[in-house]
Order: sequence, then C-alpha cells, then structure tokens
Amino acid sequence: MWGIIRQKVGSGGLPVPISGKSLQSIRPAVSAMRSYSSAAKEMTVRDALNSALDEEMSADPKVFLMGEEVGEYQGAYKISKGLLEKYGPERVLDTPITEAGFAGIGVGAAYYGLKPVVEFMTFNFSMQAIDHIINSAAKSNYMSAGQISVPIVFRGPNGAAAGVGAQHSQCFAPWYGSCPGLKVLVPYSSEDARGLLKAAIRDPDPVVFLENELLYGESFPVSAEALDSSFCLPIGKAKIEREGKDVTITAYSKMVGYALKAAEILAKEGISAEVINLRSIRPLDKSTINASVRKTNRLVTVEEGFPQHGVGAEICTCVIEESFGYLDAPVERIAGADVPMPYAANLERMAVPQVEDIVRAAKRTCYRSVPMAAAA
Amino acid sequence: MSCSFSAVNSIQPRSLSTDNPSITPFKPTPSPFLGSTLKPRFNSLKKSPSASTRRRSSIVAVSDVVKEKSLNFKSSPSNLLITKEEGLVLYEDMVLGRAFEDMCAQMYYRGKMFGFVHLYNGQEAVSTGCIKLLKQEDSVVSTYRDHVHSLSKGVPARQVMSELFGKTTGCVRGQGGSMHMFSKEFNVLGGFAFIGEGIPVATGAAFTSRYKREVLKEADCDHVTMAFFGDGTCNNGQFFECLNMAALWKLPIIFVVENNLWAIGMSHLRATSDPAIWKKGPAFGMPGVHVDGMDVLKVREVAKEAVERARRGEGPTLIECETYRFRGHSLADPDELRDPAEKAHYATRDPITALKKYMIENKLASEAEFKAIDKKIDEVVEDAVEFADASPHPGRSQLLENVFADPKGFGIGPDGKYRCEDPKFTEGTAHV
Repeated sequence: MWGIIRQKVGSGGLPVPISGKSLQSIRPAVSAMRSYSSAAKEMTVRDALNSALDEEMSADPKVFLMGEEVGEYQGAYKISKGLLEKYGPERVLDTPITEAGFAGIGVGAAYYGLKPVVEFMTFNFSMQAIDHIINSAAKSNYMSAGQISVPIVFRGPNGAAAGVGAQHSQCFAPWYGSCPGLKVLVPYSSEDARGLLKAAIRDPDPVVFLENELLYGESFPVSAEALDSSFCLPIGKAKIEREGKDVTITAYSKMVGYALKAAEILAKEGISAEVINLRSIRPLDKSTINASVRKTNRLVTVEEGFPQHGVGAEICTCVIEESFGYLDAPVERIAGADVPMPYAANLERMAVPQVEDIVRAAKRTCYRSVPMAAAA
Repeated sequence: MSCSFSAVNSIQPRSLSTDNPSITPFKPTPSPFLGSTLKPRFNSLKKSPSASTRRRSSIVAVSDVVKEKSLNFKSSPSNLLITKEEGLVLYEDMVLGRAFEDMCAQMYYRGKMFGFVHLYNGQEAVSTGCIKLLKQEDSVVSTYRDHVHSLSKGVPARQVMSELFGKTTGCVRGQGGSMHMFSKEFNVLGGFAFIGEGIPVATGAAFTSRYKREVLKEADCDHVTMAFFGDGTCNNGQFFECLNMAALWKLPIIFVVENNLWAIGMSHLRATSDPAIWKKGPAFGMPGVHVDGMDVLKVREVAKEAVERARRGEGPTLIECETYRFRGHSLADPDELRDPAEKAHYATRDPITALKKYMIENKLASEAEFKAIDKKIDEVVEDAVEFADASPHPGRSQLLENVFADPKGFGIGPDGKYRCEDPKFTEGTAHV
C-alpha cells in the first residue's frame, strides 16, 4: 500500500505553461538520477484519474460514478472517458443539473451501503450542494455515534482555470478543510492522483477530492508500482517533492509546480528550498511540515485561494505553535489576491500567485531582499 | 392538479380574445394563453411519451392555438402581426445577434477572447421576440449565454465586445467577461455562470418592482423582469422555488425557458421526467405556454401577452420557447453528441430567414432593405472589434477596486470615525 518512492531530484521540475489555453506542450523532466531499472512511464493526470476510477469500479461493484456529463459526454473534462461503455448506465450516471439533489442522493446511497463517487463539474458548483457535503455527509458519523459512515467521494476540478471569471475560479480547500468529519485531498502529479483517488474511494469516510483543471493535461512520470492496481497513497501524509535546507515552501495542487520552478530559480542563487506537496489538506500533515521547518528554520506557504482564513493561515499558525523556537524569520504566506477573480487576462495573472512571488517571498525569509511592508 | 385549475381560471387576460377575431373557436378554452392547463393540452401529453423514445429527434409540440393563429395570419394579410418598422427592428436585432456571435467565434479562435464563451446562434428569435417589448427600466436576467440578451436590451456592441476582450472599456471594465454581463443603465442584471442562479435574482427584481408600487407608492411603477434560462435549469431546485414564490406573491416576472433540447451533452429527454416544461407553470398557479422559439413573431405575441399581464399586476408567466443552438454549448464543446440530422432540421428553421421570408411574402420590405441592414450590422460589428482592439487593458490598480461599494468598511462614517460611536447611529436617523 505504501507505494511512495522518494524521488531525490527535482523530477517535479516540470515547466507549467501559464498560458490561458490547453497544456498540451509538456516537456518531460530529464532526471539525472533514475532510481528505477526501467524507464519511468509518463501519464497525464487525466489518465491517472481515469485509470484509478476504472480499477476501483472493477474491483468493487458497489462503487458507482454520478455527475453531470460523466457518461455519454465522456466526462466534462474527459476524466470518465470510456467508463460508460465499460460499466453501463447503472453505474455511470448522467444526472440532470441538480447538484443539491444528486449530492444528496449520493450521500443517501452511501448511508445505505454503496460507495458513490460524485463528480462536480467544478467545485464552484458544489456550493449548491454544500449542505449535503457538510451536514449530511461530514457530520453523520458523529451525529449517529459511529453507526452510519459515509464512504463517499466528492471530486472535481477546483481553483482557477484560465479566463473563466469570478464564479468559476474559487479555491475551496480552505472551506472544506475547516470542517471536521471530512477528508480533503489535493493531488498534484499523476501518481498523487492515482494513489489518492484510490485511497479516497476505499476510505469509509467522506472525502472531498480537489483536482485542478489545468493539471489534467500535464504528464508526469509514474513508477511501475504506481501503475499497479492495488497502489494506494496514505491519506494525511505530505510528500517532500524536493529536499533542501534553507527554506521550506509548502504548496498544494497546481502551486506545487510553481513552487518547484521557484526552487530551481532559488537554487541558482544559492538558496536550497525544500518543497512540500501537501497532498492532504485535512488531515494536515503537521508533523512533516514541522520537521521540515525545524530543519530549514524558514517557511513560505503558497496557495491559490483567498488569503484570509486560507490553508496558509493554518499552516503558519501550526508552525508557530509547535516550532516557534526554530524559526529564524517571520513566516510568509502567499495566496491569491483578496478579490473575486477578474476576467481580464492581465488582471487574472495578477490575482494568482506567480513564480516570482514565491521567489521573492523565499528571499525575504532569507533576508536576501528588502522586506516589504505589505504583500502586493 | 385540481388546485392549479382553480388558480388559473381566476386569471382572465382580456386582450387576446377581443383582439384576434380570426381564432377559430373549436378549442373550448376561453383564452389560448391559459390553454396549457385544460383539456386541449392532452393532445400534446400523448405526444411526449413517444417523443421520449426518439431521443435525438425534435419535439414537435408547438402550442396548437398559436400554430393555428399563425396559419390564419398567413392567409389574411390584413391581420399582420407586425408593421414594417417593427419588422425591420426585429430583423436588425436578430442579425446583430447573429453577426456578433459569429464574430465572437472568429475572435476566440484568434486568441482575442478566452475562457468560456457560449454563443447564441439560432436562438435569436427568443431574445429579440421577448426583449424588444421591454422598456429601458424593465430588467433582464440571463445565464452565461448572455451576449445577445445584452445587445437586445440596448447595451452597445462596442461595450460587449470590449468586455469579451477583457478591456477596460467593456461594460463591466473587463472584470466579468463573457458570462457576467451587467449594465445598470440598461438594467441587465447579469450574466450568471451557475444555471438557475439568475432566476431568484430576477424574482427579486420583480419583487422590487412590486414593492415600489405597493409600499413605496410609486404608482406608475410597472417594471417587469424577464428571466432567461435553459431546459437544464428547469430541473434545478431554485427554479421551482421561484415559480412558487412568484406566483404566491404575484410578482411581475416572465420566466422564459429557452429549451434548446441540450444541456452541454445531456439531452433534455434524458434528464427530465416530464419534458414538457410549460406544464410546470400551472403546477404552481401561473400560466404556462409553449411556443415555437424559432419564430420571432410567435414569441413576440406570447411575450406581449405575458408582459401585459405582468404590468397589470396579474402575476408571473412561464413561457417555454422551443429553440435550438446551432453551435455547441460553448466554443470548447466539440458538439459530438447531437445528431447532424437534427441540426440540419433546425438550420432550415433559421429565425432570421423565416422573418425575412415572412416580410417579403407580405410585401412589408424589399430585399434591398434587408441587405442594407445586413451591411449596417456588419459595420457595427467591425467597429466594435476595432474599438475593443484599440482599447487599453485594465490598469494594475483596477485589480483591487470594486470589491466593496463602501471600501472603508461598514463601520467607518464619512467623518472618519466609527459609526457605532455616533450616538444617533441606532436611532434610525443616521445615514448608513
């Protein structure tokens, strides 16, 4: 089950094109240190999710998929491609546009013994169903004193895409991450996507699985172990994507790619950054983060969502609570701008953290630049 | 649903029965507008089960009375539905919508526009037929497919095009984009990305209108609101909640369903237990009408009655327009699931050519006049693109603007002190 292989070098240093269009142009990272005997296979996140769903559905007949356009349309983002032909319309259900309705139906099915995977076309639409995610799913095991568990997975793209405006671009990790009773996962690479989705489907508790639309087309190398159908990643463990000793940068989802690029830039300037891919917002892997900060003594948290009450706020606080003595510099939070996402391309670029912002913040913690009064 | 019958029977619109003597009265209903609740509708009830087995074919369920009225009108030219001026206005509006959307597609593929763009080609009759009856003070609420609704309501093409390009001269300064067109001047209350989201907003605008009339005693306030949404939305809870409240409080709102049979790739028949959306109106106590949404004159007629009902204070109406979108759901949609035969069928019912044909046959206008309008619209659209291209991108400082209407925060008064320290704050005399 522990199919994690520590990849020593920045194999995550894949360039993330920031253009507004599709991400078909990806250059595989050339890793100087190959720890596998055979060449690592590449897989897009989309294929990783598709294969994970496929394998879990074939392994357990109680797993079914429900959502808008998951069947005949092959998935709004083609994640459930081929599943309708394989499993039939009883297990891959095209729903009407009724988020509150079908999320509730999923929760009810889970109460009574099935394992639904509910897809939201984007997590913004989950706001129409949030009553069921929180009140019916997350709180049930507690309210029923353990009698009723809800083995449901809510999945879909989260966060900003390209030019889709304010109502399609919010990151929901902080909202769901604050709710007890939920498990919140945020994969970055294909291996994360496969392992975490399989773990989520097998998990007996409600899991909110936040993907990212711009990552769907990105390719990552996957080990042979990750391709095995029993591969699972543990929920609640972060991954150290890149080891370093000067500053810890925590990130999740798309921002891991940005953090890795920033780490490359910082390495050229002599700052060795440790990049942590959180993988799990709830439960948050506080021990890994704290161990890393105790090693490097500096922290920069990166997220795409709104700054107030964000994931970074929680991480900074838990580090201050547990490792205050080890900090050599004030903790830095990088988040999206505190405004609804604008549509205009140049404003959108300013509203989302960019690699330069991460580099600047890391340098600030290393006192390599003049500290700024307030983040731009 | 006996309760709905009694509620509907109490509503008697007077205009239709007196103004249209050409209706052959073999339908027992007192007014064709209410016909959806009573016996005549059982004909179309029988049609729907068979329609559901043919998933990919068009639903042929035009309101019988409206169909027969149009037949009569074709044969008796003295009862033309429109005058020449009105006809040309309608034609121009529809051509503007079509040309604008075609230009949007071009610009998208050239990279000037980005994100989600949903085009309205094929549905122009609904927008033109309904919105051209409204005054500037009436409001329109739409979904993401809102370019043409904004244009019909009066927002200049330049502003809409700039908005799509993300420039600061756009109708919302580049902050909204394709899906979020707002205009206070022309009372376009959005542009919403979530389907169903606009319906409660529209109901609220209608509530304001009624409130102004009854509570604030602005006696001549007869503003109506039109909410546009699609067939997929009609399965959403918000729709039903608003139908209930609008009918309960007799709000001056017209719910216009643009039933184009497809919600991205989901056929209406696969998603809806009872595909006849107009029947959902009477279930809540308001008239539900089904009309051929590819015919601008029929839409206009039905909408006119609904608007007049609303202005008189008789409450809401649900209009289901059977229409079709010629392009995919959005410019990112490959549109593979729709049957090409279905698309071809609807292409022959193009609303613009239909209106042109009607007007030429009834000698209302000549080919040359139509060509002149086509040319004029082409120039308008070209000008809009040039204007948008030449407009500046939003400045850096615009990112943080407009988050609040009162940026200092609720607590700080105009003199810079906390409002709660003002002894008059809780007396109700302080200005908040």
